[in-house]
Amino acid sequence: MENGFPSTRNDSFPAGLRVLVVDDDPTWLKILEKMLKKCSYEVTTCGLARDALNLLRERKDGYDIVISDVNMPDMDGFKLLEHVGLEMDLPVIMMSVDGETSRVMKGVQHGACDYLLKPIRMKELRNIWQHVFRKKIHEIRDIEGHESFEGIQISRNGSDLSDDGHMFCGEDMTSIKKRKDFDNKYDEKDLGDHSSSKKHRVVWSVDLHQKFVKAVNQIGFDKVGPKKILDLMNVPWLTRENVASHLQKYRLYLSRLQKESDLKASFGGIKHPDMHLKDPAGSFGLQSSINTNQNDVANEHMPDTKKTLNADNPDPQETSSHMSFDHSFATLGSEVNYEAFDCHIWNEAPKIELKREHKPLLQLEDGFSQLPPCAPEHHVKTDKLHPVPSVTSGLSLTARDGNRVSHVSPKKCAIESFPIQSKGHMVVNHQSYEPVSTAISSMKPQGFNLSCLTDFDYCQRNLKASDSTLAPFNETACLLQGDFHNKYFGLPNIEFTDCNDPSFIAEIPVHWYDTLTSDYECPLDPTEYSIFDQGLFIA
Amino acid sequence: MELGQMQGRLAEFTKSLYMEGILDAQFLQLQQLQDESNPDFVVEVVSLFFEDSEKLLNDIARALDQQSVDFKRVDAHVHQLKGSSASVGAQRVKNACVAFRNCCEEQNVEGCLRCLQQVKQEHYLVKNKLETLFRLEQQIVAAGGSVPMAEMTF
Repeated sequence: MENGFPSTRNDSFPAGLRVLVVDDDPTWLKILEKMLKKCSYEVTTCGLARDALNLLRERKDGYDIVISDVNMPDMDGFKLLEHVGLEMDLPVIMMSVDGETSRVMKGVQHGACDYLLKPIRMKELRNIWQHVFRKKIHEIRDIEGHESFEGIQISRNGSDLSDDGHMFCGEDMTSIKKRKDFDNKYDEKDLGDHSSSKKHRVVWSVDLHQKFVKAVNQIGFDKVGPKKILDLMNVPWLTRENVASHLQKYRLYLSRLQKESDLKASFGGIKHPDMHLKDPAGSFGLQSSINTNQNDVANEHMPDTKKTLNADNPDPQETSSHMSFDHSFATLGSEVNYEAFDCHIWNEAPKIELKREHKPLLQLEDGFSQLPPCAPEHHVKTDKLHPVPSVTSGLSLTARDGNRVSHVSPKKCAIESFPIQSKGHMVVNHQSYEPVSTAISSMKPQGFNLSCLTDFDYCQRNLKASDSTLAPFNETACLLQGDFHNKYFGLPNIEFTDCNDPSFIAEIPVHWYDTLTSDYECPLDPTEYSIFDQGLFIA
Repeated sequence: MELGQMQGRLAEFTKSLYMEGILDAQFLQLQQLQDESNPDFVVEVVSLFFEDSEKLLNDIARALDQQSVDFKRVDAHVHQLKGSSASVGAQRVKNACVAFRNCCEEQNVEGCLRCLQQVKQEHYLVKNKLETLFRLEQQIVAAGGSVPMAEMTF
C-alpha cells in the first residue's frame, strides 16, 4: 500500500498531489477539475459533502488535501471541514464566492488551512501543495516535540537516547526522520527545533476527556473556565493551555450539536438523518451504535463512560453504526473507521474487545515480555479486522463529546487497530487498548495519516517479526504516531522523563508490542494510530 | 466570408463582450484552460452553467411565488447563482445577483421580483452572446481555421 505521496512522489512533488474537490456547483467542479489537472494533480471530484466524507473514509490515505466549497446543500462546508480535520486530519481549503471577513474567519476557526475566493486563479491552485507539505513538517516536529517535553531530553539525533535501552524512541524518531520518505527533507530543519518549551500535543484520551466533561458539568457549563476545569480534573501533567484549547473545541462541538438538534426540531426530525449519524449527533449515534454493537464489551469496559455518554447525549440519535466522530478529539482514523466498521467490527470481534480489556496496559514495568501473550487473541480476529483496522480506533475515539469518546474508543481500539496477524496489520494489543482508547479520543489527528504512514513504514522496516525486544517495539510505539508520541511524550513531565524511562515504555500499550512482533503493513489507518495513542498513554 | 474575416469578426465580438462587462477575466481563463485534450471545454462548461442556472432561476421564481416567501431560501439560490455565474465569467449576471441579495435582506418581495427580472435579463443576454460567439468559432473551425486565443489588451 502506498504510503501517501511522499514515498512515491517525492521526486516529482508536488505533481500527483491527490486532491479531493467538493462543490455542489457542477460548473465549478468541472472548472476546478480542469485547473487542478493542469497543475498535474490527481483530482477527484464530489458534488456532495456526504459523498466526499465517504470517499475519504474509504480511502484513508487516498488523498492529500481537500478543497471544499463553503455553501453546499447537504452539509455546511464548515462542518465538512471539521469532520475532515478530526477524522482524517487532512489539510482543507475552503472556497467561496463570498469573501466576507466573518466567513473567512469562520473558516480559519474551523481549521481551514486556506480560504480561496472564487473565481479562483490558476496560480492559487498551483500552490496548494504547501499546505500538505507544511502539515508533514509539523508532524515531524510534533514527534520531536514530545521528546523535548520538559523533563524529557531526548536529543533529536537520538544520541542521548542511545545509551539507554529506553532510548528507542529517540533513536527511532531520528531514524524515522531519516527515512527517505519525506523525513529526509525535513530532517535537518526539524532537528533543530527542539526545545523544551515546544508545545506538546496532548492526547485527549477517552478517560481524560471524560474527566474533562465531568469537571465541566460539575462546574456548570456557563461558569466553566480552563483553570477551574484543570483543578477539578486533577491531572498533574495537564496544563491550563491544554484544557483551554480542548474547551474551545468542546464548545464548538456542542454548539454545532445544538444547532443540529435545533434544526432537527425545526425540520421535524427529517433532516438528514445521516447527518445525525455522522455528525456530532452521530457521536451519540456512535455511542448507541457502539452500545448496541458492543453491548458486552462496551458495557464491561466502561460502565462509567457509558453513563457519561448517555447523560451527555440527549439527542435521540439513531443507533446507527455510524459513529460520527466529529469529535475533534478523536483521531480521525478512529472516527472514520468506526463508522464504517463499527458494526462490522463489533459483530465480528466482540470477543476481542473483551479480551483486550482485560489486560492491563502497564505490564511493562520490566520489560515487555508480557506483551506477546495477548496478541493471539487479537490475531484471531485480525483476519476479519484486517480490512478495517481503523475500525477499532474509530470506536475509541469518536464521540464528539468527551463522553462519547471515552466509551467508544477503548473498545474499538483494542480490536481493530491492531490486528496482530501477519497480515500486516498493526497488531494492537487488545489489552492495552483500554487505557489507550481513552487517550486517543482526545487526540487530534494532526497529520495523522502522514505520521502514521511514516511510522508504519518505519515500523515495517524495523520490526522484524516477533522480536520481543522492546527496543523495536518502543520505536514503533514511539514512532507510530506523531500524535501519539507527542501526546505521551509531550504531555506531562510527570509521566516520564524520557524515552528511556522504563515506565514510559511500560505505558506503551501491550498491543504495541504485539504489533512489533507481527509484520504489519504500514501505513496504518489513522484510526489505528489513534488507538495507539490511546493505549499509549493512560492518564 | 473568408477565414480571415471571420476571425476578425470573432475577435471584435469577443472584445466587445469584455468591454461591455458581459464577460470578465474568468471567461478568458476558461479559454486558456482549453487545450487539445479538451477542445470543447469552454462550450461544455458554459452549457453546464446554463443548465444549472436555468434551474436556479426557476427555483427562485417559484420561491418568490409562495404565499409566505422564504427569503433565506431565495437568498441561498441567488448565492448559488452568483457563484455559478462567477465561474463562467458572466459578470453582469453576477452583479445582478449581488443586488438581488440585498433585496432579499430587506425581505422585500417587490424588490426581489424586480431583481429577478434583472437577473433573468442579464442571463438571457449573456446566453445569446455566448451562443453567437460559439457559432462564430464553429464557423471558423469548419472553414479550417483556428480560433485565436483571446487576449486582454484593453
